[in-house]
Amino acid sequence: MDVRVPQVLIAGNPNSGKSTLFNALSGGSARVGNYPGVTVDRTSAHLHLDSGPVELVDVPGTYSLTASSPEEQLAVNALLERNTRAVVCVVDATTLKRGLYLALQLIESGVPVIVAMNMMDAAERMGLHIDTEVLSSLLGAPVVPVVATKRRGLDALRRQVERTLRPDARSKPPDIGYPEALRADIARLLPAIEKWRPHATANEARAFALWCMLSLGDDDLVGVPEAVREIAADLRNQAASEGRNPHLEIIAARYDWVDDVVRRTCSERAPQMPFSEKVDRVLTHPVAGILIFALVMFGIFEALFAGAEPFMDAIESLTTSLQDLAVAALPAGVLRDLIVEGIIAGVGNVLVFAPQILLLFLFIGFLEDSGYLARVAFVIDRVMKGVGLHGKAFVPLLSGFACAVPAVMATRTIERRRDRLVTMLALPLMSCSARLPVYILIVGTVFAGMSVGWFSAGAVALFSMYVLSVLVTLGAAAVLRRTVLRGPTPTFLLEMPPYRWPSATILWLNAWRRLRIFLVDAGTIILAMTIVLWAVLSFPKSEEVTERYEAERARIQQMDLSAAAEEEALRSLESAEAGAQLEQSLGGRFGHAIEPALRPIGFDWQIGVGIIGAFAAREVFVSTLGVVFGIGEADEENKPLRQALRDARHADGTPVMTPLSGVSLMVFFLLACQCMSTIAVVRKESGSWKWPLFLFSYMTVLAYLASLLVYQGGRLLGLG
Amino acid sequence: MTPSLADLRPGQTGEIVSIDCDRPIARRLMEMGLLPGTEVRVIRLAPLGDPLELRVRGYALSVRRAEAARIAIRARGM
Repeated sequence: MDVRVPQVLIAGNPNSGKSTLFNALSGGSARVGNYPGVTVDRTSAHLHLDSGPVELVDVPGTYSLTASSPEEQLAVNALLERNTRAVVCVVDATTLKRGLYLALQLIESGVPVIVAMNMMDAAERMGLHIDTEVLSSLLGAPVVPVVATKRRGLDALRRQVERTLRPDARSKPPDIGYPEALRADIARLLPAIEKWRPHATANEARAFALWCMLSLGDDDLVGVPEAVREIAADLRNQAASEGRNPHLEIIAARYDWVDDVVRRTCSERAPQMPFSEKVDRVLTHPVAGILIFALVMFGIFEALFAGAEPFMDAIESLTTSLQDLAVAALPAGVLRDLIVEGIIAGVGNVLVFAPQILLLFLFIGFLEDSGYLARVAFVIDRVMKGVGLHGKAFVPLLSGFACAVPAVMATRTIERRRDRLVTMLALPLMSCSARLPVYILIVGTVFAGMSVGWFSAGAVALFSMYVLSVLVTLGAAAVLRRTVLRGPTPTFLLEMPPYRWPSATILWLNAWRRLRIFLVDAGTIILAMTIVLWAVLSFPKSEEVTERYEAERARIQQMDLSAAAEEEALRSLESAEAGAQLEQSLGGRFGHAIEPALRPIGFDWQIGVGIIGAFAAREVFVSTLGVVFGIGEADEENKPLRQALRDARHADGTPVMTPLSGVSLMVFFLLACQCMSTIAVVRKESGSWKWPLFLFSYMTVLAYLASLLVYQGGRLLGLG
Repeated sequence: MTPSLADLRPGQTGEIVSIDCDRPIARRLMEMGLLPGTEVRVIRLAPLGDPLELRVRGYALSVRRAEAARIAIRARGM
C-alpha cells in the first residue's frame, strides 16, 4: 500500500514552456531536491486540489522517453513510480509534431495524460488553427489550451487534473500501426517484462517493451534485468540479420501516426517563424552575428567582473565589521578566534560568491529562455568541437575568467554528464579574478621598473598568464576527453527555439533557487573547510613564543616612550608574534616539511605557508604572507610586504624572489587548484568526492611540473 | 554518388533517403523527426561554416556537418 501523496508529473519538450507552466501552477512555492544517484534537480511543489493534496513534479525537459544514461532514465522512472497518478504533457502548439511525439509515448504507457497545449496565442498568430476536441478524441487524452506566460487556461487545466485523478478515469491508448514483425518482437519480450514489473498493466508492459527495444544496447542504464537485456540483444541481432531496423520501425510508425493526427486536426497552413527568421538573419550573420556575440559575451564578463564587485566588497566589509564586533564583545581566547577566524570568516567566504552566482544565472537564464543560448552554441561550436567540447561549454568557460564557482554551476546547461564533467574539470584552469591579487603582488615585487622592449615586464608577465590559461584549459579538455573521460566528441543536435521574451519572475526564481542550493550544499563544505584551515594555521600554540613576546611587551611598556611610539612598537611586536606563532602551527611546520619539495621550483617554507593559507581562496596568499613576514594586515599593493619578499633569503643567502622564481610562482598559482570553494562546488555538481579529488590532484601535479620546468629550465638558460 | 544533407546549400530542400550514423546518433536524429521520406531544408550555415541549421517538421534544428554528411538525401529544386 502506497501511502505517499499522489504525484502529478509535468513533462514536455525543452523550450515548450514547461517550467513556466509549472511555476504558474505552483505559484513559485517549489522545492528543489536531487534525484537519487544523479545530479539532476528534482523540482516539485505541493498543490492543493479539491480532491486533496498532490505533489507536482517538474520532469526534466525531454524529446523522448528513450534513454541511454541514468539522467535520461529519470523521466521514465518517474512515470513508473507507483504514486504517479497523472502526467501533464506540455506541448508547444508551434512545434506540434515533435510535442505530440512525446505525448504519444506517455499515452501509450497507459498513465492518464492531460495534454496542455501551450502557446496557443503564438500558434494563432502564425495562422495555425488546432481543433483541440478532435485532437483529444484521436489521442484518447484530454487537451487543454493554455498560455502559460499569460496564465491563461490554468483553471481549466487544474479542473482537468482533478477529473483525471478520479479513480474511474482511464486512458485508452490509440492504436499505432506498428508493423507485424515488430509486434512479434514485442510479444517475445513481454514475458521477461512481466516478470520484471509484475504489477504492470497490459498497456504498460507493451509500452515498456517498446522502450526497451529503443533504449537498450550502447546504454549505461541501471536496474534493467539481465534476462530482458539478453532477449533485447537477441532481437537486435535477429532484426539485423533480416535487414530490419526496429528503431526506425518504431519511430517511423509513431511519426506517421502523429503526421496523420496533425493533418486531421490542424489547418493546412504550415507554421512559419517570420520574426525569429528575421532576427536570426542578423544574430547568426557571419559578421554582425559574431560582433553581437562578442558584445554579449563581453557584457556577461563585465557584469561578473565589475558588476558584482561592489556587492562583493559590501559582503566583505560586512564580514570584517562583524569580526571587529565579535573581537570587541568577546574575551580573548580560542573560542573568540574560532568565531572570528573560523565561523564568521567561513560564512563570509560562502556569501561572497552570492552576487556572481545570481548575476551569472540571471544572464544564463535570460540567454536560455530567450533562445539566444542555442545560437551562442551554434556560432561557437566549430571552435569548441576542436577540443572535444560542446558549443554550450563556451559560456561556462568564459565565466571561469571571473570565478570557477559560478562557472562550474553554469555547466548545468550541458545535457550529457560526460560533456559536463570535461567542462567542469577543465574550467578551473581559467585564470580567475582571485588569481589577480597574487599576480600583482609578485609582479610588483620582482618586476618593478623592468621592461621588455616597449612594454613593462609586469604587463608582459600578466598577459602571458591569461594566454597560458586559455591554452592550458583547452589542452586539458582535449586530454581529458581522450583519457579519463574518453568518448567521442559530443554530437551537436540542438533545437534552435524561436526567440521569446523571458519572464522576469522565472529568471529570478531560477537564479534564486540555484543560489539557495549553493549556499546550503557547497556552503556547508566551504564553512567546514574554513574552520579546519583556521585550526591548521593556529594550532598548536607555542608557550615559548607567547612567553618570549610577553617579556618583550613588558620591556617596551617599561621604556620611556611617547604614547604613539609605544603603540606603534606594540603593534609591530604583535604582528611579529603572529608570524612566530604561525611558524609553530601545523601549517607552519608543514611549510617547513615540504620545503625540500619547494626548493626545486624556487620557493621556500614561507611561500609554502602562503600556499597552504591560499587554499581558502587564492587571494588569501597575500594576507597569509603578511602574517608570515610579521607585517600584519597587508594587501597586494603593500610596500613593506613587497620589500620583505625582496629581502627574503634562502639558507645559502641567495634571494628567494627573483624574476625567475616569481614567474614560477605565478605559473604555480595559475595551474594549482588553490581553492576549496571550487572543490566544494565540483563535489556538489558532480555528485561525488571522486571528481573534486581528481581535479585537485591533476591540477597540483600539473602546477608543480610546470613550475619545475620554468624554474629549472630558466636556471639552465642562466636566467636566475 | 548519392548526395548528402551536407551537400545542400542554404535555401535548398531535400528528402531524406537514409541515415547512416552510429546507432545512438541515428536514433536521436530519428526521434527529432528526421526519418526517411522527411523533407528537410537547410536554412543557414554557422558563421564558421559548421554546424548547419535545418528546418524539419516545422521547427529549426542544428546538426554538425559530420552528421549531415551521413544523411543521404534526394535533392529537390537543385
